[in-house]
Amino acid sequence: MDDAEEMIYLDNAATSWPKPPEVLKAMTDVLELAGGNPGRSGHRLSVAAAREVYNAREDIASLFNVTDPLRVIFTASATHAINIALKGLLKSGDHVVTSSIEHNAVMRPLRGLEKQGVRISIVPCAADGSLDVRNVVSGMNSRTRLVAVTHASNVMGTILPVAEVASVAHKAGALLLVDTAQTAGTIPIDMPAMGIDFLAFTGHKELQGPPGIGGLVIGENVDVSQIEPVMYGGTGSNSESQEQPDRLPDKFESGTLNLVGIAGLHTGIQWVKDRGIDAIRAHLKELTLALINGLSELSGIKVYGPLDANTTVGVVSFGVNHKRVSEVGLKLDEEYGILCRVGLHCAPAAHKTMGSFPEGTVRLAPGVFTTMDDIGTTVRAIEQVIRS
Amino acid sequence: MTQYGVVLFFTNSSVMRCEKLLKKEGHQIKLIPTPREFSSDCGMALRFDWADCEQVKLILDTAHVEIDSIHQM
Repeated sequence: MDDAEEMIYLDNAATSWPKPPEVLKAMTDVLELAGGNPGRSGHRLSVAAAREVYNAREDIASLFNVTDPLRVIFTASATHAINIALKGLLKSGDHVVTSSIEHNAVMRPLRGLEKQGVRISIVPCAADGSLDVRNVVSGMNSRTRLVAVTHASNVMGTILPVAEVASVAHKAGALLLVDTAQTAGTIPIDMPAMGIDFLAFTGHKELQGPPGIGGLVIGENVDVSQIEPVMYGGTGSNSESQEQPDRLPDKFESGTLNLVGIAGLHTGIQWVKDRGIDAIRAHLKELTLALINGLSELSGIKVYGPLDANTTVGVVSFGVNHKRVSEVGLKLDEEYGILCRVGLHCAPAAHKTMGSFPEGTVRLAPGVFTTMDDIGTTVRAIEQVIRS
Repeated sequence: MTQYGVVLFFTNSSVMRCEKLLKKEGHQIKLIPTPREFSSDCGMALRFDWADCEQVKLILDTAHVEIDSIHQM
């Protein structure tokens, strides 16, 4: 089963595939036609590159309903963006609240900060991943500087009530960081309306861009003077000074930007906007519902999460009685050409919360190019694997 | 011979923003390497017709664009 035509790719929560052809073209075009170092040199190729970067900033700001494009910081990944916010903001003695379904992109930097004197409270989600905002309230104290949560679980797909969390965080004088790795491009996100202060996104999932590009969007109410950069270096601005500039986005964007990634991401976002996030959401809901219904009819498996396409993104996790998830994943790939991800999905906390630690689950994550036929074929294949 | 003015900025992103703003208003502008006589910055600056100076200032002011300085070349 090595023919690409025969594959069903259900690992879009890890990275979306295939990418729209326009994205690939934009990436080669930018290197050929605008391949200068953006904003460094002032010649025509440098200016062309800087224009592409700035236009991408504008479209990203508009995607999240942010007015000032200079508050869009390009990073290598959502993880990188989360590190900038967490390590830049939290100091020894500060307290931070997070949820019990976080990805290690949030958990590991927090555990690192804990060793430097930052206090952490992990507030419990229910076994289906849902979060009662009252748990956030009781987790906070007078030293709480930040609440950091995922927008949706990368294991069960459960969507967290971000706007409610923002409201209680702000009441207590804390800021809110949201990891949108699983939601940007599939759910409309309005940063000011939802009260998000720091939004970390990745380019290579449902925004249809390539790996290696992501960003941090900093809300307009956040005073950036209180955030220390994680990385220092050249910005193409203020070059006479050996001190890091304090202006956005330069303060957090040292080093040559990933122009090719930005061009790909930019075109991916335009593609998503053209298709319409609401239409994408409707398509993924239909697929997710079919997947949940199909799997729920099979005996000998346990499907995790809320089993509700309205309160999840397109991510479904299950375990099989008396079979290792690795064996199921290998069979699906080798015998049926179905590609998915098994194990802990870099989120041990989430698996502990849902009761699937340390074995993990088989995770199916349809994407924009997945069809209802793909879902039907997948459910039948899983039925056969269970019986084998 | 045209007399030029040049706007210096603190970040290159501001340069790009101003370029779009001024082009939209029909101004003849060009992005150039920052003239050494005004700054040791290695980035770029925005050149405009000096005759348009007051209009350029007004547009940048109205849009609340943060600029470093404006010079006559």
